[in-house]
Amino acid sequence: MKLIEAIIKPFKLDEVKDALNDIGIEGITVSEVKGFGRQKGHTELYRGAEYVVDFIPKIKLEVAVSDDLVNKVVETIQGSAKTGRIGDGKIFVISLEEAVRIRTGETGNEAI
Amino acid sequence: MKLRFSLALLMLVIMAALIPVAAMAEEKKDAAPAVTAPAAATPAADAAKPAAAVPTAAPTATPAAPATPPDVKPVLNTGDTAWMLVSSALVLLMIPGLALFYGGMVRQKNVLSTFMHSFVAMGIVGVQWAVLGYSLAFGGDVGHMGLIGDFSKVMLNGLVIMKDAATGTVDWALFQNYTKEPGAIPELVFAMYQCMFAIITVALISGAMAERVKFSAYCVFVLLWTTLVYDPLAHWVWMTDGWLFKKGALDFAGGTVVHLSSGISALAFLIFLGKRHGFPQERMAPHNLPLTLLGVGLLWFGWFGFNAGSAIVGVNTSDAAGGLAGLAFATTTIAPAAAGLSWMIAEWIHSGKPSALGFGSGVVAGLVVITPAAGFVQPGAALLMGLAAGLVCYGGIMLKAKFKYDDSLDAFGVHGVGGTFGAIITGVFATVGATGLLAGNAKQLMIQLIAVLAAGAYAFIVTLIISFVLDKTIGLRVDKEDEIMGLDQTQHSESGYNM
Repeated sequence: MKLIEAIIKPFKLDEVKDALNDIGIEGITVSEVKGFGRQKGHTELYRGAEYVVDFIPKIKLEVAVSDDLVNKVVETIQGSAKTGRIGDGKIFVISLEEAVRIRTGETGNEAI
Repeated sequence: MKLRFSLALLMLVIMAALIPVAAMAEEKKDAAPAVTAPAAATPAADAAKPAAAVPTAAPTATPAAPATPPDVKPVLNTGDTAWMLVSSALVLLMIPGLALFYGGMVRQKNVLSTFMHSFVAMGIVGVQWAVLGYSLAFGGDVGHMGLIGDFSKVMLNGLVIMKDAATGTVDWALFQNYTKEPGAIPELVFAMYQCMFAIITVALISGAMAERVKFSAYCVFVLLWTTLVYDPLAHWVWMTDGWLFKKGALDFAGGTVVHLSSGISALAFLIFLGKRHGFPQERMAPHNLPLTLLGVGLLWFGWFGFNAGSAIVGVNTSDAAGGLAGLAFATTTIAPAAAGLSWMIAEWIHSGKPSALGFGSGVVAGLVVITPAAGFVQPGAALLMGLAAGLVCYGGIMLKAKFKYDDSLDAFGVHGVGGTFGAIITGVFATVGATGLLAGNAKQLMIQLIAVLAAGAYAFIVTLIISFVLDKTIGLRVDKEDEIMGLDQTQHSESGYNM
């Protein structure tokens, strides 16, 4: 099992979610996060006072999948979240030790 | 370089547009009547006079008739009274408008404290005005020096005249602005109209103190400043016995008394108050600009009462709700519209984007600049004054970055700079009921400069003294820790948003 964590542009969330639905992914976790990468921040100007906003809002998306689905999910996210411009985000694949469905107590691949 | 070129271009456009106005003023020059300071009057004195002939001045009247018609007895005009009641309420609405305007520009942790600076002024000055303020500003002159009113109208004494105490029969003291025409309103209405001005003026200063002033010190400041600065200034400029009124200084609705005085005082207060902790490195961006823009809307709406209602103190008409009010209404529409645009365009060229805050600030700048001129200038002049207002006040807010003072919400940058600019150029553009430089009366410009210098110097010095005394006694600022926690929590034990 792997945990796939993707940092994407907020406006791409719906597209990514639909694309993941289409390949049969049944659950994702989404959070609003802030950060910076190569895109850097932007400046805001209020009556001549300039503030640099270092951290840009992004969406963090987490999907737990069985090993055979990893490549497909990564490709799907990469394809649907891509705009081709700087700031499109990153995808991380992390090994997942165990998963438990709380309602039934099922574990492993059964639980995701 | 780019900025300088753009500004030069804008100035050129303004100059080009000036020509027709100048020509218009030239044509009018001969017809324009000389400004005479009409003695407007204590109602009691007028009531004593016999009802003279109503001056329906037919052109065929005897050629040897005296130049000045006789004074006439005041007669209550219900139309004027209705408009003044509405105007007073409109001006009151500017105070929550100001609270929104300022409140949106501070950080989230200080939103309530900033609102309270405006709201508590309604409480303190509302009481002060009834007890003492109205009398100091509009009571009989002390010692005929034109400096301050006496205590004759303390507790609004004499505005309700008891005719028969046994049956409770009363009569109303009347305020007749122009003694040559009968139109008058109850003096109570006039007093309440002026009360709203006193409230908003001191609240304007709070923009410079936001996010760090101690609430207790602010409350005492409101009381002292209104009593020692505002009341005398209102007497100087608006009371017929006031020395600047007698000199012929033009201030239709309060450019000098309200905006210049509050803006300059803000600067004086800052000397003892100092900068916010972390200014200017730390991010202090406005937390809710929609509130600010709603505030701009309410300010503009209320300003129609502020300016168009001020026809009540127009120098040669008794109509509070007539043509002069209409003119003030028109200029109060045109100038802020133009100023919003000119600020927006200046910012667009200068820093790349037309900001919402910039447009809103421009509207307020236009309102400030047109205030002293509202009933003295033609619509064309109002347009030019508005365009200039946006540029001048945009420059005004740039000053603080240059000189590194922390006028947090630009009370000086907008009201001080705009009020001064407006008061001076009223002496340039005045053509209605007065003549300015463009109508060939250079003397008016001199009078305006004297009024600006005198009022500015008085407000600055007295505010300096008040803030020095408060700093040494109560202390102007909250502790550093409280400032960082936010004034809402430390001064009021509340938070603006519990969502």
